[in-house]
Amino acid sequence: MTNAALSHSPFDPIAIFDRSDLQENAGVCVLINDVQVAVFYLPKESPSIFALHNWDPLGKANVLYRGIVGDLNGERVVASPLYKQHFSLDTGRCLEEESVCVPVYEAFIEGETVTITLQSRCHK
Amino acid sequence: MNTKKIVVVGNGMVGHYYVEKMAALEQAFEITVIGAEPRPAYDRVHLSEVFSGKDPEDLALTTREHYKQIGVQAHFGDAVVSIDRENKEVITELGRHFAYDKLILATGSYPFVPPVPGSDAKACLTYRTIDDLGAIRAQARLGKVGVVVGGGLLGLECANALKNLGLETHVVEFAPGLMGVQLDEGGSGMLRSMIEELNVQVHTSKATQKIVAGKEHTLRMEFADGGALETDLIVFSAGIRPNDQLAKQAGLEIGERGGIIIDYHCRTSDSNIFAIGECALFGGKIFGLVAPGYRMADAALSQLSDSPQSFQGADMSTKLKLLGIDVGSIGDSHGKTLVDDKVPASFLYSNDRERVYKKIVVSPDGKKLLGAVLVGDCSDYDNLLQLYLNDMDLPENPEHIILPADDANSTAFSAMQLPSTATICSCLNVTKGDIVAAIDAGCTTVAEVKSSTKASTGCGGCAALLKSTVDTELAARGVEINNHLCEHFAYSRQDLFHMIKVGRLEHFDEVLNKHGSGLGCEVCKPTVGSILASLWNDYILKPQHLPLQDTNDNFLANMQKDGTYSIVPRIPGGEISADKLIVIGEVAKKYSLYTKITGGQRIDLFGARVNQLPEIWSELVEAGFETGHAYGKALRTVKSCVGNSWCRYGVQDSVSMAIYIENRYKGIRSPHKIKSAVSGCTRECAEAQSKDFGVIATENGWNLYVCGNGGMKPRHADLFATDLDDATLIKYIDRFLMFYIRTADRLQRTSVWMNNLEGGLDYLREVVIDDKLGLAEELEAQMALLLDKYQCEWKTTIEDPERLKRFRQFVNSDKDDSHIVFVQERDQPRPAKEQERDALTTA
Repeated sequence: MTNAALSHSPFDPIAIFDRSDLQENAGVCVLINDVQVAVFYLPKESPSIFALHNWDPLGKANVLYRGIVGDLNGERVVASPLYKQHFSLDTGRCLEEESVCVPVYEAFIEGETVTITLQSRCHK
Repeated sequence: MNTKKIVVVGNGMVGHYYVEKMAALEQAFEITVIGAEPRPAYDRVHLSEVFSGKDPEDLALTTREHYKQIGVQAHFGDAVVSIDRENKEVITELGRHFAYDKLILATGSYPFVPPVPGSDAKACLTYRTIDDLGAIRAQARLGKVGVVVGGGLLGLECANALKNLGLETHVVEFAPGLMGVQLDEGGSGMLRSMIEELNVQVHTSKATQKIVAGKEHTLRMEFADGGALETDLIVFSAGIRPNDQLAKQAGLEIGERGGIIIDYHCRTSDSNIFAIGECALFGGKIFGLVAPGYRMADAALSQLSDSPQSFQGADMSTKLKLLGIDVGSIGDSHGKTLVDDKVPASFLYSNDRERVYKKIVVSPDGKKLLGAVLVGDCSDYDNLLQLYLNDMDLPENPEHIILPADDANSTAFSAMQLPSTATICSCLNVTKGDIVAAIDAGCTTVAEVKSSTKASTGCGGCAALLKSTVDTELAARGVEINNHLCEHFAYSRQDLFHMIKVGRLEHFDEVLNKHGSGLGCEVCKPTVGSILASLWNDYILKPQHLPLQDTNDNFLANMQKDGTYSIVPRIPGGEISADKLIVIGEVAKKYSLYTKITGGQRIDLFGARVNQLPEIWSELVEAGFETGHAYGKALRTVKSCVGNSWCRYGVQDSVSMAIYIENRYKGIRSPHKIKSAVSGCTRECAEAQSKDFGVIATENGWNLYVCGNGGMKPRHADLFATDLDDATLIKYIDRFLMFYIRTADRLQRTSVWMNNLEGGLDYLREVVIDDKLGLAEELEAQMALLLDKYQCEWKTTIEDPERLKRFRQFVNSDKDDSHIVFVQERDQPRPAKEQERDALTTA
């Protein structure tokens, strides 16, 4: 097991699924204890996997996983499919609205297994 | 030196603005703000939006945490009840004392309730705070009819709120017209008839004498003219009165009819006390708008700095949307200003059919604009306001400014003419000079100027003016306006198209490696995706293409506001058999979809969850339907009239031609959507002249029209070629479309594209008809390749299990998105509004 795998508490709710369920350079959605988490897979980046809450706080719908991923001024982002605001994949920060932020979660790949925890990573 | 203690009484919009600005100063102050309302400042201007679905929280301008972060002590829900000027402290209701060195009164105003007997009844309310909204909503539940007393700006806002609550809405106004302060008689009359069309009943010249218990409804209003009106609730919105009691008790000078008197430093009669916003009286006037309040706050704040500014009064011009109707008023809208004892001249354009009223008031010599009234169309407001505020010279025939523009009298307004003192953004008070300075300091794009000057970050109404100012300034400096696609590609779409074609590139990664940098973004990915599709017409959901597609292309359906999708099967030419209609009906019924006929003669099915799309499409494909590409930048529909098979006047078979054209070009990806239509005779029932390419039958063949569109900026198509036979018609359309696909910019419709072609329509004819560039064969061959590779994307998708995985809501669960909730309206589902959802999910 890697260090990353050990760093979350055994009691954190998690989702485990196959790498083949991911979509290269795009997002999918997983459900963990009724929390919707958008998971993005950028195979050439490091880290290669990012997990954000799926709720678009500006568009007010569960759609972030359907956005286009890319980068803006070097920051990895997903663009909301509704109104195109950018959310940082690393911090959840909205680039257009300073006060808006979506939760980001721990995510990692070991071999063919993907693990997402509801442990949110704090960036403030 | 001790830090100065600043106490701000009142946390409305102006009080908040002052606090924010002060906290941002370099000089340190100890700032305390005390608000009587239980919550921090919120946007009162957009209060009525709470009834059209906005969350009260969305109106918040700040939070307690934010004040903490910027070092401001904030106390809410505890009103200041007295000022002890001798000891320089204020005392609150709860008995707390706050010492001050400088005191800022931003206590705002309260709604005026006329002293009519019975106006204290429980169902008589006012409209000013979020709490008022709660009371109105609660009372509205108990009845069916609501009355707003007051036909001014706020009263009509409030009428909108009552209407949104589903009440039969009346407006009762004492004066003979609506918005008498801002509008002249004609404008007011136009506004009234437009409001009445929205089923809001307007009663003017009505003085309410008393309010008594009603028979059929809760209350009965009795008017001086003997009439009466029964209602379940009354909202008073008959003007505002300044909240000046606190100042009055403290012995500050108060105006005869209320208001704390201030000088042009916003100082009251006590030099340590300032008053700003609607509680303040300057030059005998109360300024009941937000922008002047902000200017007062700026002036008051500057008195604590080394460079004090003064408040000189403010322009009360205003532009707003009332019940969805555009209304604008500038300067002296009534034409009462005398210049050298001479009466001003007025010019009037009134159009009852289009519902537009425009009036300008001009100085007697015809040189300067004194005022304007606009109802139904505010598109001239920005130009007129600039002419007015900057005292600019009018053109020789001022009436041309408000007459509908055509090529003959176009008065295109150039940002170059504006003086540098001209205000571009009135929310944040940014002048043209500020923008020029930002460009001199190195800004080269609108985005950079925005972030440097903050222009256009308020209401955003000045966005177009800002862009033209920036573009003109840059052009004047010889800066080439950047047409780079985005930060990842330093090329225009046309350049990229050429490079991808010549290099025979087939993947985004190849294109990015060769010609770009970074990871890409939501601008360049779909653009490259579209170019790849236009060139090679591959299945767009192949794994390497899928991440490039915009949301709608990505799921082959149109995303709606709640994250569900709408589905549009192709119905070529708008012709559909009874059996197929039944299938659509059955599918809609089975999956509880909302159905609506589109403008393109097909049927849109709304409310499908992402995981239902494949199943629904299996049924549609089974029945012989194909995807309609409503989600794509592609050919949408080819409308038709029935033509000579049925119609007495038809001269050609327009339906057959429309079906042929639609099937020929369906699925072709282009820079923007493309629409078409075929009419069977010159009566033009298919509206072909409003399309990117339109075909109209003649006795001898077909006339081809190009580059029209409807939508935001409608444009009639131009006649391109006449009396064509079938084969020539198709040949020309092939060439025309392919040339557009090759050379247009991203998201550029054909009309804009043609306007930007040097030589315009004539040049286009030379390329397409005369083959001046020697391209015709290549364009036709390219088109043939695309036609050859057509596939129904939905058919391909449902046959591939690997692709279907994409349509799962969750990869690890079969549950649905619980946020998607529908309610029934007119026997069909629609997405629940915020409050309906709350009610449904908590029930």
